[in-house]
Amino acid sequence: MVVVYFVAIFAGFFAPYRYDRDDRSRFFHCPMSLRFANGGLAVQVYEGSSDFSHYKEVPGKTVPLHFFVQGQSYKLLGCIPLTTHFFGTGDDSAPAYLLGADEMGRDVLSRLLYGSQLSLSIGLVGIILRFGFGMIAGGFAGYLGGWTDTIIMRSCELIMSIPALYLIMALRSTFPPGMSSTKVYLLIVVILSLVGWAGSARVIRGISLSLRERQYVLAARTLGLSPWRIVVRHVLPGSFSYLIVAATLSIPNFILGEVVLSFLGVGVQEPSASWGIMLKAAQNPVSLAEYPWLLAPGVAIFITVLAFNFLGDGLRDALDVKT
Amino acid sequence: MPLLEIKNLKMEFTANGRSLRAVDDVSLTIEPGETLCLVGESGCGKSVTALSIARLVPSPPAQYVGGEILLNGKDVLKMSKTELRGIRGGTVSYVFQDPGASLNPVFRIGNQIKESLKLHRPEKATDEEVIRLLKLVGIPAPESRIKDYPHQMSGGMQQRVMIAMALASEPKLLVADEPTTALDVTIQAQILELLIELKKRLGMSILLITHNLGIVGDLADRVAVMYSGQVVEMAPSHDLLRRPLHPYTKALMNSVPRLKGGLERLSAIPGNVPTMGNYPAGCRFAPRCPSARPDCTTNAQKLVEVEPNRWVRCQYHAVL
Repeated sequence: MVVVYFVAIFAGFFAPYRYDRDDRSRFFHCPMSLRFANGGLAVQVYEGSSDFSHYKEVPGKTVPLHFFVQGQSYKLLGCIPLTTHFFGTGDDSAPAYLLGADEMGRDVLSRLLYGSQLSLSIGLVGIILRFGFGMIAGGFAGYLGGWTDTIIMRSCELIMSIPALYLIMALRSTFPPGMSSTKVYLLIVVILSLVGWAGSARVIRGISLSLRERQYVLAARTLGLSPWRIVVRHVLPGSFSYLIVAATLSIPNFILGEVVLSFLGVGVQEPSASWGIMLKAAQNPVSLAEYPWLLAPGVAIFITVLAFNFLGDGLRDALDVKT
Repeated sequence: MPLLEIKNLKMEFTANGRSLRAVDDVSLTIEPGETLCLVGESGCGKSVTALSIARLVPSPPAQYVGGEILLNGKDVLKMSKTELRGIRGGTVSYVFQDPGASLNPVFRIGNQIKESLKLHRPEKATDEEVIRLLKLVGIPAPESRIKDYPHQMSGGMQQRVMIAMALASEPKLLVADEPTTALDVTIQAQILELLIELKKRLGMSILLITHNLGIVGDLADRVAVMYSGQVVEMAPSHDLLRRPLHPYTKALMNSVPRLKGGLERLSAIPGNVPTMGNYPAGCRFAPRCPSARPDCTTNAQKLVEVEPNRWVRCQYHAVL
């Protein structure tokens, strides 16, 4: 998972091409195989048929693969302009598509890496927002009790009763059509976490209810601390072991949520890359049968979600003494 | 003017439409620099009375139905929330029974003491002041200890840290609610010695809650004995220990094991403490009192000053 996030952060560097670079001569190019030739790594060169649907290996003809080659310019971490890529052929007319190309002739591997930036960060931003809301609402509901508790928890139940998917689709249709991808993306995260905080608020309220009876909370009150400080400093830290586990386990939900939305066409729009939008291309069974490499983002999602679940389970075993 | 004056305090817990009186007509005074001990069985209202001084009993369910608590002449029961926060940890500080539970397990002790300083003496919220306070309560090598978590310290050390926290705001009144009950005997003695010394050095008043009569003799200037939500006897500790007037105080002292004397069974007070809200009609101790007379069960008793500075809630104290 560390690898996944590391690659995602430096996607510009690891991807041989930009996510929106299209290649009119290589639609649906199949994955190019790696060869050893002339004492180094090389890529097989293929010959395309006239209708761009079938590619054949040209025997014995390879293009050497170089590391740290100059290529298209990109901005590392969004601010450092660079042109060096981790690997590439250095020759634009003989590109290396290790995972093939899609229907626009774009490199699937590059799009996968750029897409991971969006798909993975959506989970992180999402849990921060969701658990932020959940902590404050749940913490106060539990600590203060009485009317505050009733109002917050009833509104939680109200929110939980709304079917999230339909709400998002309805809200999505209200976005202006010319909206930039980043804005759409941010709004989707906000919506996902706005409908999701209620569940975590409930659990945190429960924890806060039990923690407020602790003597150190009484001790904090005898010091004259304000309710805000008591909740933030003394009640909520007690719920962190739960939070860390719950947050880790809910990141995959956000990733999958984005995938679902993009898949349904209400998420991020082309030409931006995200795993969901790439999977959308694999929607059609015919093209899937012809070009199975379009499923690559599916494998990436599978691995990432699995990694998060393992991490979450491991953290729970390490932090939670009760189970 | 006394530092603290509780006048006829009446407090009830309301739950499911029923109200149970936990504190009934309690009056106490504490002078500046004085140590008052509050003694009584579990559930007699000692802790609730003490917590009421800074209005720390959550209400609801608690309701104050009468009386006043004058702290420096101002009624705590009429204060706003902001004023109350100024009092808590400012004029009045608390030390509780179980120091392990009173310290937040997830913060370093230095930070916890500093939190108290930030609130009440923000200009002094420095490491040096924390170290000075830890030295004051007798923690060796405080410089290295401020980075410790509570679980790295022994119970006695934790209690010293709690006392340091309580002292951080330079309180006028330190309320210690059974500060030594959770500690073993040698540590108890050390903590009590520390309290005596701190009182001498800082000149604050102490309200000490305990059910250990041995502590009373060591520490207290005056003693108030509580039973069933009422003060039944209040006197200078010297007089009270030597010559208890109320039958309950006598029975309490008889049930303390003595070094001299044979191996006969300890005398216990027969019966049980009446549960909250089910108080007998007359004197509340009458059903258990070895020398009760027929009219004791019908006549409610008043706290009367029978000798200078000696208050007793028993009509027959003189003839018993």
